[in-house]
Parts: sequence; structure tokens; C-alpha cells
Amino acid sequence: MSMVAGIIALAVLALAFGLLLGFAAVRFRVEKDPIVEQIDSLLPQTQCGQCGYPGCRPYAEAIANGDDINKCPPGGQSTIEQLADLMGREAKPLDDAHGVEDVKKVAYIREDECIGCTKCIQACPVDAILGATKQMHTVIADECTGCDLCVEPCPVDCIDMIELQQGPERWKWDLEQIPVTQLATEVKS
Amino acid sequence: MSSLVHQFSHEDLLRNRDDIAAGKLWQFPGGIHPPQRKELANKTAIRRLPPPPRLLIPFKQHIGQPGTVLVQEGDHVLKGQPLTAPGPNSGLPVHAPTSGRIKRIGEHPSAHPSALPVSTIELLSDGEDEWTEKHPIADYTALSSSELIALIAEAGIAGLGGAAFPTAQKLAADGQLDYLIINGVECEPYIVSDDRLMREHAAGIVRGIRILQHISGVKNVLIAIEDNKPEAIRAMQDACSGTESLAVRIVPTRYPSGGERQLIQLLTGREVPANGLPKDVGLLMQNVGTAYAVYRAIILGEPLLERVITLTGEALQQPGTVWAMLGTPVDTLLKQAGYVPYPNARVIMGGPMMGFTLPTLDVPIVKGSNCILAPAKRELPASTTEMACIRCGACADVCPASLLPQQLYWLARDHDHDGLREHHLADCIECGACAYVCPSEIPLVHYYRQAKADMREQYIEKQKAEIAKERFEARKARLEREKQERLERHERAAEARKRALAEREAKAAETAPASGTETTGEPSKPANDRVAAAIARAKAKKAEQQKAAQATENPEGQANAKPEAQTESSNSAEALKASPDDVSQTAPGSDPENDKKARIAAAVARAKAKKAAQQGSD
Repeated sequence: MSMVAGIIALAVLALAFGLLLGFAAVRFRVEKDPIVEQIDSLLPQTQCGQCGYPGCRPYAEAIANGDDINKCPPGGQSTIEQLADLMGREAKPLDDAHGVEDVKKVAYIREDECIGCTKCIQACPVDAILGATKQMHTVIADECTGCDLCVEPCPVDCIDMIELQQGPERWKWDLEQIPVTQLATEVKS
Repeated sequence: MSSLVHQFSHEDLLRNRDDIAAGKLWQFPGGIHPPQRKELANKTAIRRLPPPPRLLIPFKQHIGQPGTVLVQEGDHVLKGQPLTAPGPNSGLPVHAPTSGRIKRIGEHPSAHPSALPVSTIELLSDGEDEWTEKHPIADYTALSSSELIALIAEAGIAGLGGAAFPTAQKLAADGQLDYLIINGVECEPYIVSDDRLMREHAAGIVRGIRILQHISGVKNVLIAIEDNKPEAIRAMQDACSGTESLAVRIVPTRYPSGGERQLIQLLTGREVPANGLPKDVGLLMQNVGTAYAVYRAIILGEPLLERVITLTGEALQQPGTVWAMLGTPVDTLLKQAGYVPYPNARVIMGGPMMGFTLPTLDVPIVKGSNCILAPAKRELPASTTEMACIRCGACADVCPASLLPQQLYWLARDHDHDGLREHHLADCIECGACAYVCPSEIPLVHYYRQAKADMREQYIEKQKAEIAKERFEARKARLEREKQERLERHERAAEARKRALAEREAKAAETAPASGTETTGEPSKPANDRVAAAIARAKAKKAEQQKAAQATENPEGQANAKPEAQTESSNSAEALKASPDDVSQTAPGSDPENDKKARIAAAVARAKAKKAAQQGSD
């Protein structure tokens, strides 16, 4: 008798907890894997595809599924370190197979040579090229991520990747590059 | 004044105001007492130099956006003529400091520690110094605040204390104000520009202060001067005598009491919140030089064209102060002061505490410059031996912002941006007091500047990444939408085709009995339909006759065609009727070119016939 009672009690408990878990699974369901969002927010969003995935988000998903974290040249070492931090993995040097870390660049269309084929417009992942069929195209420099994807499709090779001009406002006080001497710590009179 | 209410209860605030009125002085934390060395340059009156032969005028000499250039290379400009139109968001214009010709508009090294090139107008002086038309205001009290603020912006006035923040923007910020503080502290060693200005132009400064008072509607003004400038104090006291609302406050000499937040704490005991502005605690601060520039802009109608520069240091034979036109190259000024260069000499723009070594001397004086310091070899030896931090804490004792410099140093070396934020790096005013007392000679401020630049860069990158992501996603959504739309369009078109086909079939089924009877004598056909068909037939025939006139007809073809036509099956009676002539042309043996032409003509005729028939049946 007591065994039956025990079985019934356990069954009731199991049912109750099962219902509770089932309810929680529906009520507090996480829409997506939030880790993907976190990884995605660390990636530079150039959408260049150098990692071998069609954009930053697919790569973020791939990392979440166990892909290497060292395939993003635009992000460079700092991004790898941040990703390593987030994923709790070892920070590796950038994988050369996917390109090397480069200075920031923007695309520039030599407008005299542009024939207005719109091929680059279709290639641009962030819609940073302006133009229409048989009209000259131009790059909105502020929106360009420097992903390089517009250079290949251009049939007349009129797109250059030029180094981003750096003004004094964004200068990084690079002590190594420009000899800035520390000013007096002691005035001798 | 919300922060003010937060800092003080109502009674405390009233007591605080009484204390300020009574002339009480408070304390700010930290501070140092470096040797003053002001006597080098403050003995002689401010010299006025002839216009330099060449001026370099950067578009942007203030904090904000640069303007758009109004002149072209080769233009002749007059003194005081605007060279740029003010940029967006309270940007300021720059003016021609003297008359002359625009030689070049392009990139030139900037008056910045990096000397990175910036857009600059190169002006060759013609030596005439000929003024454009001035618009002095006789009675400024007749103008409203906003009109005066617009005039001040037009005159290109930026804070002359060093930060070069647009004065008009500072004045336009609304908020209830208790006090206007005029900063004549000039706490940095060597610099005596404000000292000389106050001694020689006290009356003008006071008139400028009255204008600022009128604009901001502040009743009380505190003029703060360090006690190491007795002549300036006397001059200002004389100029202020008889005006009750102006009070000169003598503050003890201590670096950096001239910092905005430090001076506010010193004079009022109020603390400007970390991300706030002086107006949050009911205060407005302007430099004495700015007040004088406002006087010149409003009363004399002269835009900001020149400023007082201290030329000092033991490498100069005639140190002193000069009225330097904005854009005067540093080497021109040094030559005027009898500069004796020596190997590895340094020239510092600004003072020894907050200034920077110029990488090149071919850079201009700008609105924010106040001093050119050319030290002799042993005067300000550059520190070369950076040693390890021994955690002595001397820097924390002298930090005027109550930060922990040694902690910031470790965090900066570690690139720990979160840690730096937690330790309020943004509140560092880069005064250099910590580096001054550091026994290990660590260039602390440089670490902070680098860290700040890094953090700013990362912030900008983050913003850019965010925008890029948004745009990428918007594009993806657009492509998806377009694809969907295309699919829908195709589906709709397919459906329409299907419907049309069904209709046609239905019609064909209707007309089927008619076509069946046609061969016998077409009695059921409506009259007009037959007429239309006849016309079409006639046309086809005509076209064919034309062809026949051009080339010889193959009679055999005609003969062969008939049976073919009869065997041709068509569900449209009209087409069938139009076809005999047409098919005749396809007969073998006919000239290929004529054949083609005739076929086209026949096809056209057939189409016409069909159309006519359809119209008829409708």
C-alpha cells in the first residue's frame, strides 16, 4: 500500500514539475542564441566576407558553433582578443589565409572612367555607392567600410582603395611615430 | 541648476551665495607650486609687430566643424574680411588678419602636437593693412542678447583661454545663472599674456565684461586673478571701481587654479558634475582675453584677428608679449624675439605644463595659442629616463580632479578601457601636475592622452560598425523584399496568362461551330466581322501585289499554296481566311528576300485581320 502511495506521490510530483518545466520552456523561451548577438557586436561589420562567410553575422553564428575566432582581418588582433575573452578560448594570431590586418581604407571611384554599369552598387554590402545606370557612380566615404568587394566586379577597374586620411582630431598620440617629448617635470632656474 | 539643488539644500544655497558675496575662498584638492618664471616676459609692454609677409590661416581654429571657404586663390582680401562661412553646429568663421592676396588654399601642417596637415589658407600680406568696412555698435544695450550673440559668432570669437570653444555657443546655452566668472588667473608658469592684457587694457576688458553681463543677464561678476600679478590686480580694481556688480577676487598662486572646474570650486565652493557644465551649477566662465575680444567685436566692430602671445624662454634675446595676427608662423615670431637656435632645440607651444613640443616651426598661431616657449638647453631638460612606478601616491595627492593617477597609469598601460572609465579618466584635465611630481619621471599625461584617443577611436569605430550593420541589414531586407515582389509579380503574371488562355479557349469553343460552317458558306458570321476580314484580306493581297511587282512570281508556288492553306488548321476563322495569300509566299522556289518581306507583310495583315475580327466580335 505504502509503495503504491509512494509511486503515486512521485508520479504526481513528476507531472507537476514536468508541467512547470514545460510552461517555463514556453513562457521564458529565448528567441535566439544571445551569444551570436554578442559575437556579432564585437565584429567590425565591414561585411567583407574575408572570413569565408557572407557577412559578419554568419561568421558570428559560425563562431558560436565552434569555428575559429582568428578569421577576421579588419577586426585584427584586438577583435580576436575580445572574442577570446567572450568565448573563453585561447587568443590566436590572425589566420593569414584570410588576409592580413591593414590600415583603414575607403573605396574611391575615379569618376571620369566610370561607365555607369552599377556592378559595384550591387556588390556593396552596405549600400554606400550612389549612382544609376549609365550615370557616374560615387562612394559615400563616411558609409564605406573598406571591404574591397566593389573592386573586383568593376569592368573598367576604376575603383581604388585609398588610405583613410587621418586628421589631428583622431590622432592617437603615438609616441613612437612622432617625437613628442615629455615637457618639464622640473624647472631649473 | 538641478545639480546645484542636488549639491545644496535651499538654506545651504543661500548661505553659499552670502559666502561668495562676502569674498570667501574655498579650496580645490591637490595642486602644485612650480617655479613661476613670469618675470622673463612680463616686464615690457605688448609689442605690435608689422604684418608678417606670409600668414597661414587654418579653416578650423575652434572646437567644432570647419566652415566652407569663401575666397579663391589669387583673390585680394581686406583686413577683417571673412575667409570662410561658419560651419554647421555653431561653427566659427575665420577672417583675413591683414590685407593681401590669397596665395594658396590647401593642406599645411597644423598647430597641433602631431602637425598633421589641415586645410589652410595662405595669405601674402600687401603691407597696407587696409581695413574692410567695420560695423561698430555705439549702443549695445539697444540690441537683444541673440543679436549680440550672432555678432560675436560672426566675429569668430572662440575662448582665448586655450580651449577655443565657440564663445557664442557658450553664451547661447540657457540656464539660470548666479555669477559670471572672468578668468584672469593664468596659473601656468611662463605665460603672461593675460597679465599684460589686464595691465594695459583693463578698461576695454571691463567694457567687454559689461557686454557679456548684458547678454547673459547675470548680475554679479567675479574677476579672478592670482596674487602673483599685483599690477594686473591694481589695474582691474581701478577699472572696476564704481561698478558694484564687478568684484575682483585675488586667488592664491597654485597650479592649476585657472582650470575652469578648479576656479569654480575655488571661488564658489560648487562642484561641476562629471559630465556637466558650469551652467549646471549656475555659473558662466570667460577668459579676460575673450572679454576683450568681445569688446573689440561689438564696440569697435573688429572681428577676432589677433591675440596676445607670450614669447618667452631663455633661448630668446627679447622675450615679451606681442599682438600676433592669427596665422602668423611661429618662426616669424621667434625671429622677432631674437631666437638663438641650438642643436636639438625644442620650441613649445603653450606653457611648460600643458603645452606641446612643435615638430616644425612652420605652423601658425591660432585662436587657442597663448604662448611660444623657447627654453635654453638647461632650462627645461626633457625627461628621458622613465622608471617604474613605485606606487608612492604623490600623484594622487596633487591631482586637482581627485583621481588616482597611478591607477589610471596601470589601467592605461593595460588598455583596460572599462577600468579607465570606472576610474573616471574623462575627468582628467591633463594639467600635468601628476607628471610634475612623479619621482619616476613617468610621462603620465601622455599615457592618459593615448588612452583617451584609443577610447575615442574605439567609440567612433563602434558607432561606424553599428551604422554599417544597420545598413547591411537594411540592404538584406530590401533584397529579400525585392525578391519577394518579383516572385509575386511572376505569379500574378502566370495567373493572368492562365486566365487569358482559359478565356481564349472558351471563346474558341464558342466560335468553333462558326468556323465549322464557314467552309460551307459562313452564314452565322456577323456582317461586320466578315467585312473586317475582307479588308484584311484585301490589304494582305495588296502587300503581296507590291512584292509581286518587285520580283517575278512563282506561279507554281501559288498553285501549291492552295492545298496547303486548306490543310492548315486554325481555330480562328479570320486567320484562316487571311492565310492563303500568306502561305503562298512560303512556297519553295521564291526569292528568299522577297519571301521574307512578303511573310512579314502577311503576318502584319494577319494580325490586323485578327484584331479587326476581335473588335468586331466584341
